Amino acid sequence: MSETIKRGKPRRGLTVVLMEFLGSMNLAITLLVALAIASVIGTVLQQNQPYNNYVMKFGPFWFEVFKSLSLFDIYGAPWFLILLGFLLLSTSVCVYRNAPSIIKDMRHFRLDVQDKSLRGFHHSDEWHSIYDPKKSVSELGKRLSGLGYRVRVKQHPGHMTLAAMKGSVSRLGYLLSHVGIVVICIGGLLDGNLPLKWAEWRGDIAIETRDIPVSEIADKSILSPDSSSFRGSVNIPEGSSANFIFLGMRDGYLVQKLPFTVELEDFRIEHYPSGMPKSFESTIVIHDDELDEPLKKDIAVNHPLIYKGHAIYQASFADGGSKVALGAWSLDTPLREPLQIDGTIGTDVKLNTPRGSYTLELTDFKRFNIFPLSQNDPSGKKFQNYGPSIVLKLRAANGEAREYVNYMTPIMVDGRPFLLSGMRTSPAEEYRFLHLPVDKEGGIERFLRLLALAQDEERVRAIAQHQAELELGMPRGEEAHTRFSEAMVGLLQTFLDEGIDAIVDHTEKSVPEEKREEALSSFIRIIQGILGGLYLELLAEEGVDTSSGVSAEDGRYFDDAVNAISLLGPYGSPLYLKLEDFQHIEASGFQITKAPGQNIVYLGCVMLMLGVFFMFYLHYRRLWLLVSEDEKGAKVLFAATTHRERGNFDNEFEFLRQELRYLSGAALSRIE
Amino acid sequence: MSATQEYLQNEFDKPSLFKRLGAYDWLWALLVLIGSGVAYSEYSSLMDSYEVGILFGSAIGLIIFGWYWKPMRHFSLVVAVLSLAAIGLYGDELTRSETNFFLKYLIASQSAIMWMNALFVMATLAYWFALAIGSEFSGKVGTALTWTASVMGTVGLMVRWRESYLISHDVGHIPVSNLYEVFIMFAVITALLYLHYERRYNNRAMGAFVLTVISAAVGFLLWYTFERGAHEIQPLVPALQSYWMKIHVPANFVGYGAFALAAMLGIAYLLLERFPGGKLAARMPSLEQLDDIMYKAIALGFAFFTVATVLGAMWAAEAWGGYWSWDPKETWALIVWLNYAAWLHLRLTKGWRGKPLAWWAIVGLFVTLFAFLGVNMFLSGLHSYGQL
Ligand code: HEM
Repeated sequence: MSETIKRGKPRRGLTVVLMEFLGSMNLAITLLVALAIASVIGTVLQQNQPYNNYVMKFGPFWFEVFKSLSLFDIYGAPWFLILLGFLLLSTSVCVYRNAPSIIKDMRHFRLDVQDKSLRGFHHSDEWHSIYDPKKSVSELGKRLSGLGYRVRVKQHPGHMTLAAMKGSVSRLGYLLSHVGIVVICIGGLLDGNLPLKWAEWRGDIAIETRDIPVSEIADKSILSPDSSSFRGSVNIPEGSSANFIFLGMRDGYLVQKLPFTVELEDFRIEHYPSGMPKSFESTIVIHDDELDEPLKKDIAVNHPLIYKGHAIYQASFADGGSKVALGAWSLDTPLREPLQIDGTIGTDVKLNTPRGSYTLELTDFKRFNIFPLSQNDPSGKKFQNYGPSIVLKLRAANGEAREYVNYMTPIMVDGRPFLLSGMRTSPAEEYRFLHLPVDKEGGIERFLRLLALAQDEERVRAIAQHQAELELGMPRGEEAHTRFSEAMVGLLQTFLDEGIDAIVDHTEKSVPEEKREEALSSFIRIIQGILGGLYLELLAEEGVDTSSGVSAEDGRYFDDAVNAISLLGPYGSPLYLKLEDFQHIEASGFQITKAPGQNIVYLGCVMLMLGVFFMFYLHYRRLWLLVSEDEKGAKVLFAATTHRERGNFDNEFEFLRQELRYLSGAALSRIE
Repeated sequence: MSATQEYLQNEFDKPSLFKRLGAYDWLWALLVLIGSGVAYSEYSSLMDSYEVGILFGSAIGLIIFGWYWKPMRHFSLVVAVLSLAAIGLYGDELTRSETNFFLKYLIASQSAIMWMNALFVMATLAYWFALAIGSEFSGKVGTALTWTASVMGTVGLMVRWRESYLISHDVGHIPVSNLYEVFIMFAVITALLYLHYERRYNNRAMGAFVLTVISAAVGFLLWYTFERGAHEIQPLVPALQSYWMKIHVPANFVGYGAFALAAMLGIAYLLLERFPGGKLAARMPSLEQLDDIMYKAIALGFAFFTVATVLGAMWAAEAWGGYWSWDPKETWALIVWLNYAAWLHLRLTKGWRGKPLAWWAIVGLFVTLFAFLGVNMFLSGLHSYGQL
């Protein structure tokens, strides 16, 4: 380079250096490895999650560091795109620099080579032919053609030159594969979201992060239907339609308008007997002014619809606003008739209860819940359908919410039917299930009657006083008796309000360790005693004769009821919401893409595949025979070269040498 | 010299393949065509046009494969006979696998696969024994066992295919749909690739190394079967119900198999380099040859892996709505691909040879392993099948 500077052409020198750098193999390999490592990070660190998740995982400090490196959206990060850009540039420069010589190489037979340069080849040989030059050339040429060589001959003064070449397409392989990579990158760029990034950077668009209806979204977050490429999704309920999709961007989204409207007519899921989904299928109708009549099509996973350059895929499904009828049974005033609530999934209902006002969010509805029959059935082949379920959130005035999942139909557990209701306080938890025992009439009225008795302080007090008499052996009215019986009433109250856990807590706090176990079991005995007394009254009201004891069936029912009551405190709801009826409306999730670069990418892929196979499996060889007359026939100078030193070209050359010598009637060993 | 001569002949006559074909070659082609014709007439009502294309495409591929690599013909014919026998014995009754002697102990898919497992392990031992004491006989036993194991593995897959349809028509599918099935394919493909190089380079010592990685796969299969019950045939989730699966997955596994083979030769290379001149050196191919086979294997793997990745992108365009989503599995395929592209450039344009590339090939195996096992175990993504 210093030389060029001296000659006073620094600009050309710079270009050369730059081209050399860009086209250098070291840069190429560095880029390949760097891209590989960046991709590893992108897979190990889950991409495009809500930012809160990252903050929780890494803490605020590392969150900020990672965010500034765009590690949460690596494949869209500027530095990653720059790496890709360099690969594109590097490969292009490489092709640009190599193409001319390769094409020349493929086309020119180089019939004017000098004997001196041929002798300098690593693979060369000389021998004597018993035939005259013409015959020698034609014999050897024929054999070489037979071996698949393209052969050219030229008569020079004093000698003939035969040049042969084979597998020159393999040289094309390099061009095809590397141009293929460039083409793929270009196609990929066309389909990427660079224009969006650009517009965002210029401030023309703004990402929406709030969860609000589309009609309220600002214009800056809405893209016109003529965007060149995009990929987004939308959920459409049965019977509804949409002419937009959402494009997820980092921690928010944009709304992309479509040049047509998609209506979902019907959505269908089929299941295998195991409960595994077998097919998802939507019947959609495309409405477009340019169509004479709406276009109706079925799409399914692996069977998208392509319309006007837009591909519409079956991607997911969700509830589309099913109508549900709920019976709200009060757990505080159990004998009240249930309140009827009619609602739609995805909407809220305001509720006033003795515990204050709540917002009931109707979150989700499932028509089927198919679970493995048992955890220890390794074949996983036996399944049970738990029937329809509804997911609800009960949000108190202070914003705290609990989530419930209620099954519509009774489920058999250990041979007895229960209505199941799961509760959790955050989505990260597992549901804890309340098992409400179902009575002979198929409802929970009997359980509620028992609950009402337990909540009736007067009746509880009466039983407590009676039991205190038996326990203490002293009549009512004495102070110790009153204290004891009131303690029993209070104990039951705690049990009802806060559950068995509160009793355990209470014992741990107030009783010395060595007496805890004893105290706890007597507390439980007392609670069971009172509830048992109430249960006997219930049985008596029902007209059951208990003079000769309680039947096993009634006994089990009592145990189940006590279990359920013991969980009502933590259950934390003033109501049990029983799903009574529903009208299932599904929504189908569509992914809609416009990828004009796709065919360019495919073209690049084809070039790449062909190129790779050409490079690997066609071997490029060139041979020269320089034949001149001598006293008894001809003198043959043979030289060969291959593009790259392949492992076995030595052997191949050896074969050629022997073959050609044999055909010249020459000795099989070298002359010298 | 005569060995080289024959080898050269092979190398050279390639362009005139057609002229070289003998009666048996044409008979072979005829048999394959008849076979696929029968398959077509039996099942065409169940196939879409792509699948018909795949059927005849694979038939033609198999014919040409058999012409280039003659042992493939015997192999395929034995597999065909055994598989047809099993299908015949089954009839329409899946339960015959319990009652019929041959099915129960030999060629019901589960039995055949167990045979494959056992035979591969035995072959590994035989090869190691041969390498240790230099017994030619033991090496030959290793070769025979490897062939037999490959036959049993392929029969196992073929019969499993049929069994899946016997369970129920909508459960039926080609057995390349989950980790269990592709591991069998991995073992068989790696073995066949190895057998090819064994014959070409007329050296059995490499078998000890290559069969070791196959035995590792067998170990995984056994654990997967007995601990997780993975051998149970499961129906396909909707995303996998596509003809793309039939070509994408096998192409991938030619790649994985070839990369694994190259890595094992890399180990052999490093050992040989460390202990030159010993008995090992006398029995192994030369360093140059090992290097050369390693290159050939990686080149083959790279070519197939390129095709597989492209096919995967095309499938993704149809199933997920985009040819590239940076899904972890997809991205790891790219990582594997970039890794071997770098390897090839170092060798072909920078002239690297030997030791560093051997190390690189070994590291490459771990990258590859992560792509086809680790991703399923540790990362979540759209490739929903094959969770461990
Ligand atoms: C994603 C990027 C790339 C991939 C996947 C790729 C792939 C390949 C492959 C598979 C080969 C083949 C080997 C053979 O002949 O057997 C090759 C050769 C080659 N590549 Fe690349 N390449 C890439 C980028 C580049 C770049 C950026 C350069 C420029 C520095 C480059 C220069 C070459 C050269 C000079 C050869 C040798 C060609 C020949 O001698 O025929 N490649 N490449």
